[in-house]
Amino acid sequence: MAIELEHYLALGALLFAIGLYMALAKRNFVGVLMGIELMFNAVNLTFIAFSRFVSPATDVTGHVFVVFVITVAAAEAAVALALAMLVYRNRETIDVDRMDLLKW
Amino acid sequence: MLNQIPEGVVWAILFLPFGSFAVISLAALLGLTRPSTGSGRAVWRARLSGYLTMAAIAASFLLSLWALDSVLQEDGARIGFDAHEWVVVGPLRVDIGVTVDGLAAIMLIVVTSVSLLVQFYSQGYMRGDPGYNRYYAFMSLFTGSMLGLVLASNILQLFVFWELVGLCSYLLIGFWFYRDSARRAATKAFVVTRIGDVGFLLAILLIWTRTDQLDIGQIQHLAATGMIGSSVITLFALGLFAGAAGKSAQFPLHVWLPDAMEGPTPVSALIHAATMVVAGVYLVARFFPVFIVSEEAINAVVVVGAITAIMAASLAIVATDIKRVMAYSTISQLGYMMMALGVGAIGAAIFHLFTHAFFKALLFLGAGSVNHATGTFDMRKMGGLARFMPMTFLTTTVAGLALVGVFPLAGFWSKDEILIEAWAEKPLIFWTALAGVFLTAVYVGRMLFLTFGGEYKGGEAPATGSPSPDSSGESAKRTGQASEQGAEAGQAKPHESPWVMLLPLVVLATLAATVGFVNITGGMSDILEGWLPEETHELVAAGEFVLWISVVSVAVGLAGLGLAWAIYSRKVIRAEEVSAALEPLQVLLDRKYYLDELYETVILKGVIMRGAAAALHAWDRYVIDGVVNGLASLMRLSSEKFRLAQAGQAQIYGAAIFIGVVAMIAGVLIANP
Repeated sequence: MAIELEHYLALGALLFAIGLYMALAKRNFVGVLMGIELMFNAVNLTFIAFSRFVSPATDVTGHVFVVFVITVAAAEAAVALALAMLVYRNRETIDVDRMDLLKW
Repeated sequence: MLNQIPEGVVWAILFLPFGSFAVISLAALLGLTRPSTGSGRAVWRARLSGYLTMAAIAASFLLSLWALDSVLQEDGARIGFDAHEWVVVGPLRVDIGVTVDGLAAIMLIVVTSVSLLVQFYSQGYMRGDPGYNRYYAFMSLFTGSMLGLVLASNILQLFVFWELVGLCSYLLIGFWFYRDSARRAATKAFVVTRIGDVGFLLAILLIWTRTDQLDIGQIQHLAATGMIGSSVITLFALGLFAGAAGKSAQFPLHVWLPDAMEGPTPVSALIHAATMVVAGVYLVARFFPVFIVSEEAINAVVVVGAITAIMAASLAIVATDIKRVMAYSTISQLGYMMMALGVGAIGAAIFHLFTHAFFKALLFLGAGSVNHATGTFDMRKMGGLARFMPMTFLTTTVAGLALVGVFPLAGFWSKDEILIEAWAEKPLIFWTALAGVFLTAVYVGRMLFLTFGGEYKGGEAPATGSPSPDSSGESAKRTGQASEQGAEAGQAKPHESPWVMLLPLVVLATLAATVGFVNITGGMSDILEGWLPEETHELVAAGEFVLWISVVSVAVGLAGLGLAWAIYSRKVIRAEEVSAALEPLQVLLDRKYYLDELYETVILKGVIMRGAAAALHAWDRYVIDGVVNGLASLMRLSSEKFRLAQAGQAQIYGAAIFIGVVAMIAGVLIANP
C-alpha cells in the first residue's frame, strides 16, 4: 500500500493534537515546551507533505518554510528554557499552574 | 421733479447709518474715542460721533425725499427693482432686494426725520455721558435696521432686520446697564418680543413650505388672487400678527413697553415714534393684502387693537411717572393703528402712524426736557413748570393737544379718519375708539396740569430725597450732573433747557401742528394704497368725510380735557374722592390689571418654573442621568464577574484561543459549505 497525502496529513493532525494537549494540560513548564515543539513538527510535516504532493517538483516554498520554522523553533526553545531557569531561580518551581501573577 | 431713484441710491439710504455705526464702532475698538490725556491731541473730537450719526441720517433723509418724489410720480405704485440672489440651498432660494412704494417711502420719511431730530436733541441730553460714543453707535444701528426693515423686499430679509431692531432696542433700553432695573427692562423687552417673533418665524416657514415663495410682492399677489388656501392664509396672517403684537406692544404682549422707559429719554422717543413699535404696524400694513382676504385674521387685528387702545389709555390715567403715561399712550395709539388696519383703513392707519410719530417724539423729548430741569420723572414732584420752561410747555402742549385730536392739529386729522372709517365699517369699533378718545384726553390733561400747572413742588432733591423706584438711576444721574454744574438743585428754580434740546422741540411742534394738512384731500392715503394689488382694492375701506363725527370727536376730547382740568387744576372734584369712590377700579389700574402678576407669578413661576421646568428637571434627573448612571453601574457589576476569567493562567488562555479558532473555522464552514 502506497503512502499517500492523506496518511501524512492524518499523522500531522494527530501529532498536532497530542502537542496541543500537552501544551494545555501539562503542569510542568518543560513538558509544555515539549508539546509546543511537537506542534511545530506536526505543522512541518504537513508543509512538506503538501509540497511533495500538491506543488510542482521545482517549487520549494514548503521546504523553505520548514527550514525557517526549525530555525525559529530552536531559538524559541533556547529563550523558553532560559525563562524556565529564571522562573525556577525566583520561585523554586516550574509548575505553570502557579505562574498566575498576572490575574485580575 | 427729479428722475426716478436708481437702486444704488435706495441701498445708500439703508447703508449710510450702518456706515456711521461701523465707523464709530471701529474707532471705539481702536481706542480713538477715548479722551486723550496729557500732551497728545485728541484724534476723535468730543462730539464727532454725534455729528457723524447726524450727517449719515440727514443724508438718508434727503435721499428718502428723493424716494418719495419718485413714488409720487408713480402714484404710490411699487418701483420695481430686481432682487439679488443671496442664499441658495437646495430648493430654498433667498433673494435680497429693496422695495420702494408709497408705504415704504412714507415710512422712510418718518424714520429718518424723527431720528434726525432725536439725534440732534441727544447732543444736549447725552452730553457728558460716559457712554456717549456707544450711544450714537447704537442709535445709528437702530435707525439703519429700521430702514432695512422698511425697504426689505423679501420676508426673510425683513425678519433679519426685524431682529436687528429688537437687538438694538435691547441694547438701548439697557444702555445704563449698571442699573439693575435697566438690565431687567432690557431683558423683559427682548424676551417678550421674542415670544411674538416665534409666531412670525412660524409664519415664514408656513408660507415657504406651502408656496415656495419668500418674496413679499409675490406673497401679496398670491394672497390677493386667491392662490393660497384660506386656512393657510389665516394661519400665516395670525403668525405675522403675533410678531407684530410683540413688537408693537399689543395686548397681551404690551408689558415690556412701560418698562422700556429705563433707557435714555431720547431712546424712548425714537422707540415710540419711529423705530421699534411702529415696526409691528408696518408689518401688518406691508402684508395688508394677506390680512384683508382673511376674515378671522383681520378680526383678530381689530379686536386686539381695540382692547389695547382702551386698556392702555385707562392705565395712562393712573401712572405717576410722566414717561410711563406716554408709554401707555403709545400703546393705546398703536392700538388705534391696529384698529384702523382691522377695519381695512390702511391709509388712515399709516397716516396716524405718521402724525403720531411727530407728536409722540415731541412728547418724549418734552418729558426729557422737564426731567433735565427737575431731575425727576414723577409728576407729583413737578408742577408750575409753565413759568420756568415756557418753550417746553408750549411745545408739549401742542403735542398733547395733537394727541387728543384737537382741531386743527395733526392728531385731529388722522384720528378723525380712523373714526370715520370705523363708523363706515364696524360701528362697534367706532364707539370703542370714541371712548379711547375721551380717556386719551383725560390722561393728557392730567399730565399737562400736573406737570406745568399749579405750584412747583420741588423736583428731586439730589442729596436727601430717595429717588423714585421707576427712574432712580436716571434721576440721580441727572441731578448729580446738575448740581455739579451748580445750576439747580432740588429746591432751586428749574430752568429752560439748552437750545440744542429746544430746537428739535420747536421743529417737531411745528410738524405736529401742520402735518395733518397733507392728507386733507386724501392724497396721502392714495399714495399709501397705491401699491396694493388690484384685487384687494374693493376691500379697502373708503369712508367719506362726516362732519358730525369730527365735531363729536373734538367735543369728546375737550370734555376729557375739561374733566382733567376740573380734577387736577381747579380741584372742583377732588382726585382722592374719585379714587376712593372707585376703589376697586383704582386698585385694578394701579396693579396694571394684574397682568405683570399674571405673567410673573402664574405663568413664569407657576407654569414654567413649577410645571415645565420641574418636568424637564425630573426628565433630566431621572431619565437622562438614569441612563448614564445605569450604564455605568451595569459596566461595574458585569466587570466584577467577567474579570474573574482573567486567571493569569497561560494554559487557560491557550485553550480559549483554541476553542475560538475552532469556532471560527466551524462558522466559516457552516457559512460556506
